[in-house]
Amino acid sequence: MTTDATRTSVLRSTLTLVFFAIIASAVVAVTWVNTKQRIADNNEAARVARFAAVLGAVTFDTIDTDKPHVIPTPHTLPGNAPVTYVTVRRADAIVAWVFRITAKGYSGPIQMMIGVTTDVRISGVRVITHSETPGLGDDIERSKSDWIESFNGMQVRGETDTQWALKRDGGSFDGFTGASITPRAVIQAVAQTLRWAERHQDTLRETTP
Amino acid sequence: MSQLSSILRDGLWHNNPGMVQLLGLCPLLAITTSVVNALGLAIATLFVLCGSNLIVSVCRRALVREIRIPVYVLLIASLVTASELFFNAYLPSLHARLGIFLPLIVTNCTIVARAESFASRQPPGAALADGVAHGLGFGAVLLVVGALRELLGTGHLFKGLHLLIPGATQDGIALAGDGLLLAILPPGAFFALALVLILRNWIEQ
Repeated sequence: MTTDATRTSVLRSTLTLVFFAIIASAVVAVTWVNTKQRIADNNEAARVARFAAVLGAVTFDTIDTDKPHVIPTPHTLPGNAPVTYVTVRRADAIVAWVFRITAKGYSGPIQMMIGVTTDVRISGVRVITHSETPGLGDDIERSKSDWIESFNGMQVRGETDTQWALKRDGGSFDGFTGASITPRAVIQAVAQTLRWAERHQDTLRETTP
Repeated sequence: MSQLSSILRDGLWHNNPGMVQLLGLCPLLAITTSVVNALGLAIATLFVLCGSNLIVSVCRRALVREIRIPVYVLLIASLVTASELFFNAYLPSLHARLGIFLPLIVTNCTIVARAESFASRQPPGAALADGVAHGLGFGAVLLVVGALRELLGTGHLFKGLHLLIPGATQDGIALAGDGLLLAILPPGAFFALALVLILRNWIEQ
């Protein structure tokens, strides 16, 4: 008798659990099917918007995102890992390059996209991910402050260009209240990328699609 | 009517998840660096809490004692996953802003606590009212702590509101000059919550 009752109760519990598992999976599956296209579109739109943001005023028709070029180590770019860049074209002619650079921030790596035009000027910079202090170092994000726009159109004049520093260090960039390591790291990384581009223009230009 | 008002008073004040039960402290302390972040998490938590209370209440007769907790976990987890997908699809900027704390709503003890202690014993109407009351109660604490930290830490309020409401202010309202760095950093969360708790206990006495 007891075993029968136990068996019935176990069976009932199992069936209830299975039933709810099916319902729960169905809810998630239906939501996923109905949102996946929109999520993919959002991600694609965000990716295109990121490229458009770092290209600023440059007019272009194609970005060779499926053909990234890899700069192997050792190089003079920021970080110790290989760096990738993609070529941006208008009517098949190269108009700009977009570098993916990782700078060393105050509390971790700062991943950035840096757009460089063919006259070796900055077309735009955007921070993709970082772990800087919220409210202090995160003014490097475009959504928090327009500080990152101050790079637009800048170029490097020789190895000892003093404008590539914070105003308090004698340069031309505004600082953040309570955070100086973060903006210094970003300025340093952008300047280093621009210097690299200036020295390697032949490499950058000769790469065929 | 009197039951409804006692449910509301319970969730908003007497048994508030953030101030009395001290549940869901991880998101409460971590995300409240600004009013906008707090508001985003408050809306998401309110939505999940109402949904889980309602579903648990509807299913309450089908559940035997031994397996009720696994079923709650299943229901809450699927609800949170569905809401996360929904936020990702329709409110991508808010989704990006809340990051890991959106899926982590599943671990907010308030939700399983309300399912177990209220929704599993009450009809759907009362369970929904309880979800609204506790969701708003938790959200109110998030907002107060968020506002306190943003104001003390940056001197601004509502910075980044355009992420939630298109066309709203981006730079927020400047109410003071530079803020006190500590308020934005993690210790500031504990101090801000402590201030809220002191205030509540003082009013209560």
